Amino acid sequence: MDTAISLAGKDFVLSAADVTAARSIVVMKEDQDKIQELDRFRLLSAGGDLGDVAQFTEYIQRNVHLYELRAGTSLSTRQIAHFIRGELARALRERPYEINLILGGYDQGEGTSLYYIDYLGSLHMMKYTAQGYAAYFVLSTLDRLYRPNMNLEEALEVLRACLDEMGRRFLLKQRHFMVKIADERGVRVLENAFVDASGTPTSSVTGAAAAAATS
Amino acid sequence: MSRRYDQRVTTFSPEGRLYQVEYALEAISHAGACLGILCSDGVVLAAERRNLSKLLDKRGRITRASEKMYEIDNHIGCAVAGITADANALIQKARLFAQRYLYTYNEPVPVEYLVQQIADAKQSYTQFGGLRPYGVSFLFAGWDRHLGYQLYNSDPSGNYGGWKAIAIGQHHAAANSMLRQEYPENPEAMPTMKDGMRLAAKVFAKTIDLSILDVEKLEFTRVCPLDACTNANILFHNVSDEELKSAFEEVKRELAQASGTENT
Repeated sequence: MDTAISLAGKDFVLSAADVTAARSIVVMKEDQDKIQELDRFRLLSAGGDLGDVAQFTEYIQRNVHLYELRAGTSLSTRQIAHFIRGELARALRERPYEINLILGGYDQGEGTSLYYIDYLGSLHMMKYTAQGYAAYFVLSTLDRLYRPNMNLEEALEVLRACLDEMGRRFLLKQRHFMVKIADERGVRVLENAFVDASGTPTSSVTGAAAAAATS
Repeated sequence: MSRRYDQRVTTFSPEGRLYQVEYALEAISHAGACLGILCSDGVVLAAERRNLSKLLDKRGRITRASEKMYEIDNHIGCAVAGITADANALIQKARLFAQRYLYTYNEPVPVEYLVQQIADAKQSYTQFGGLRPYGVSFLFAGWDRHLGYQLYNSDPSGNYGGWKAIAIGQHHAAANSMLRQEYPENPEAMPTMKDGMRLAAKVFAKTIDLSILDVEKLEFTRVCPLDACTNANILFHNVSDEELKSAFEEVKRELAQASGTENT
């Protein structure tokens, strides 16, 4: 049920994910952060079994940090992607993690990169991608609207079009999304990336929590 | 008295020394000489070939191409001083680690990370009981995207360090002091690969004797682009006999000239 959409712009990666934690037909909460910040420059969006997501993303985060301490250099986004792929491929033969991931990051000197990784251990470098049911709806939207070297405004516009499409065609209404960005300044949450008709922000956790409190 | 503290590697003597580790270091300072020089366009390793028997079957990889030089991965090579059998065991570890790293991260292993692993393996045998330490020192030459060309040494105690130029094995004290004098102080004026090879040959000639400048008696390897023009394909490889011969000739001429001017 989780939705994760990411796209690479001119010198940044934009990642959006819904903030709903649900079990069966019950919504538990609407401020679940599904975009893990692996280190200063890397974002890992994860969908799937919530327990697996928590366990696996934290495992990756700690290993990235351990490597940095041991080797004195940090892993590149590409190296992290291959490490994740390897861990998932290994787990697949034992007890698979039921999670699908999008890794985005910024590397000094190399720029941004974005990787699609699924629970079977497939790894693809992408310019834009989506995980979950979202992929059925938004990939065509992205195919049509995505342009290389977009600036932040343009990229957010494309993202908004994707979420509109989801709102129109997807059975489940996911009202709140969190948007994070990775660029040369590091990773951070984009507060108020989207503002709905009434002027209340709908994109961030804070926005979602506020909306939940008022309803 | 000291024998009481000789037998167990992992026991300190009352003076706070680990005799077995010191003996291992001592053994290496009698082994065939190796030296490494960091250059602006590569790293060069040079070593003395000790076994010159006519009966050697030179078709074998070890006996012909290399007595003391080993490839760890495409971009890292090492020279060995000490017990070759111990070196073999550690080199297998290093090769395995390099390939595991490539498998995990899809990128060649950073040089220092690999050196650190080997140093850790050596250190463990100075601490955990009953086994003798590895009686071998290494010079590692390599390249990675973080620090470019690099040269490291690693000794039986588990210490390692990065160097611009270093010698191990026999005559290492004399060779190191000569390298200190001859290696340019200004970091901008790093020697080129060509100068580095000549410097290596000169150090051997002066610390051993002039007759060592023979392709049968010295072996040279390096990490640098296979084709200097393209600057791509940075690989560990042997220096060809032809190239060595001409370098040796130049050094011989230079030394003869120097001694000539001294005499007049």
